[in-house]
Amino acid sequence: MSELVPEPRPKPAVPMKPVSINSNLLGYIGIDTIIEQMRKKTMKTGFDFNIMVVGQSGLGKSTLVNTLFKSQVSRKASSWNREEKIPKTVEIKAIGHVIEEGGVKMKLTVIDTPGFGDQINNENCWEPIEKYINEQYEKFLKEEVNIARKKRIPDTRVHCCLYFISPTGHSLRPLDLEFMKHLSKVVNIIPVIAKADTMTLEEKSEFKQRVRKELEVNGIEFYPQKEFDEDLEDKTENDKIRQESMPFAVVGSDKEYQVNGKRVLGRKTPWGIIEVENLNHCEFALLRDFVIRTHLQDLKEVTHNIHYETYRAKRLNDNGGLPPNKKLCTSLKRSGEGFILKCWEQVSHRQLVLTSDPSTNWGCKSSSRTGG
Amino acid sequence: MWKMKGLKRKWGATPGAATTSTAMDKEYVGFAALPNQLHRKSVKKGFDFTLMVAGESGLGKSTLINSLFLTNLYEDRQVPDASARTTQTLTIERRGVEIEEGGIKVKLTLVDTPGFGDSVDCSDCWLPVVRFIEEQFEQYLRDESGLNRKNIQDSRVHCCLYFISPFGRGLRPLDVAFLRAVHEKVNVIPVIGKADALMPRETQVLKQKIRDQLKEEEINIYQFPECDSDEDEEFKRQNEEMKGSIPFAVVGSCEVVRDGGTRPVRGRRYSWGTVEVENPHHCDFLNLRRMLVQTHLQDLKEVTHDLLYEGYRARCLQSLARPGARDRASRSKLSRQSATEIPLPMLPLADTEKLIREKDEELRRMQEMLEKMQAQMQQSQAQGEQSDSL
Repeated sequence: MSELVPEPRPKPAVPMKPVSINSNLLGYIGIDTIIEQMRKKTMKTGFDFNIMVVGQSGLGKSTLVNTLFKSQVSRKASSWNREEKIPKTVEIKAIGHVIEEGGVKMKLTVIDTPGFGDQINNENCWEPIEKYINEQYEKFLKEEVNIARKKRIPDTRVHCCLYFISPTGHSLRPLDLEFMKHLSKVVNIIPVIAKADTMTLEEKSEFKQRVRKELEVNGIEFYPQKEFDEDLEDKTENDKIRQESMPFAVVGSDKEYQVNGKRVLGRKTPWGIIEVENLNHCEFALLRDFVIRTHLQDLKEVTHNIHYETYRAKRLNDNGGLPPNKKLCTSLKRSGEGFILKCWEQVSHRQLVLTSDPSTNWGCKSSSRTGG
Repeated sequence: MWKMKGLKRKWGATPGAATTSTAMDKEYVGFAALPNQLHRKSVKKGFDFTLMVAGESGLGKSTLINSLFLTNLYEDRQVPDASARTTQTLTIERRGVEIEEGGIKVKLTLVDTPGFGDSVDCSDCWLPVVRFIEEQFEQYLRDESGLNRKNIQDSRVHCCLYFISPFGRGLRPLDVAFLRAVHEKVNVIPVIGKADALMPRETQVLKQKIRDQLKEEEINIYQFPECDSDEDEEFKRQNEEMKGSIPFAVVGSCEVVRDGGTRPVRGRRYSWGTVEVENPHHCDFLNLRRMLVQTHLQDLKEVTHDLLYEGYRARCLQSLARPGARDRASRSKLSRQSATEIPLPMLPLADTEKLIREKDEELRRMQEMLEKMQAQMQQSQAQGEQSDSL
């Protein structure tokens, strides 16, 4: 009599989720010290942050970055007495500095884009910028697929792009829309209203409303993007920022003046002193808190987990994954595991090198992001 | 010294009028009253003035115009949003308003250039503006050469206020291109808009940079004429100061701010203070208004007529008189006319042939008359010389 042998249950394709035990801890274990351990590690290694500033010349980009990081990290393209011509094409200038605060070291790189939007014909002036951003992704990707990887891959990817909007008081300019349309899918864009001391309170709020509406109508997702809010807490916090504060209307300054006995950063005019860090005057403090004090790590994470992954997926997909190579197949049959691994890595590396130039526009042509 | 006749009775105090008495009336002829007669006539006729404002959008042009003339010319204006402006081309808009002050009527025409410098590609975006200015000259030239010259409407652009952004570092490539295209055709007065974005030192540096750039690019802006030598020192000093503050850094506002305690002023209220539009320490609005409206309105018109229009006319006529005139129509016209004809400028096809021929006839007759008169004069001159030598 043949016993009915039950068909072996097929192995689950996806490993089962570990069951989480919500048990009441009987005593203090010390799991929460992980935070402290991470902090210590970060302090030792330091971290990278790359910020790019884009906007027409004269909007105070360098001054703002200097004000943000309270140091001369950005050389002003034309400190009023120097003769410098506007470059004919957009140049990309990256300058790195190491800043230290409270024992934490940050390698800050400021990427300037002189020449953007300054010519008579500004068609496609965003292309060099897009190319640069994709090049950084490509660099990182190459490092990642290397056989002998570095312990800590140097991260030159652009984590944050501050886009400076001219305070016309009417609405965005066509160039602003074009730039943000092309780049919001490739990098985190934070729109900022520059030189906001030319607008009164009413003008400011009207202008911000109009800009927000225009961005929405044109489907431009600036950072923090709605689709990446992880939980309700994030969502409410970010919603508030998205719908009320952004774009931040800022004023930058690297000069100090005496106001009420204190020395403050500001701008002195015959009709008053504009204090940069006074929330009644401008929203610089909000921008600083947002970029540095609350969302710095998130900016890096979104860049790594989303923008970079999109780029990577596109690059690998466009090769059709790792294609079977006849030579490889025969060598696989013959050799042991070590050899297979070696070939696999080499092939994948070579494939990436042989495929099309990374300077083609990956992020912008496809309007939909590959699923997560 | 000829003294003013007793016109004091009619026109009120005239500068330097001495008290007259009937005894003096017998001694003086009184043609020193001529300026007053002119004044009376022109007041009756009224003035017309065409002002063009050009520059990127968002530099406070409309606000400044409203502040200058204390009227709201832009009530019905709709500013389109960025997506609409991507495909917009530059348009020329004209707005007219009649302003009366102290019995003097001014028919002010404002020419606006919305869409200038807006699009991503602004190549040649100044061409419609140049064409517009030349069209006005052409219209005037036609009217001047026409039959009925009594009521020529002067729609020529007398002055162009060009707005420079305070956020840049001087003139941008687009600014230079525009100014180069129009500086020989219209009086250009460069102005820095929204000047409350700048601290005093920044304003000085920017002005100097612009002045240097204008010189380097050989752009001829409107030169405010020198004072007469008999003006007093204070006036001369003021004039020099005003000339030195070109380009004018202006702030416009039509709102009156009432800060408790101080008198109400027109200005912009910020959280850190209030910019007063009419305060010379805050901006150059007063200077601009004085130079444009109070002292140089007539001079602008004269320069437009005597210098710029004449230049256009000379160029136009010269190009027609040249043997290689490419236009077939104008060549045929020239062949129809006799050699003594004054060649007319090329009229647009909309005008009827009949009108052209009528005007041709008129001109021929006038030319013949002129020649006859010249011949007569020469004859009488020759006779006079003969009689002198005798």
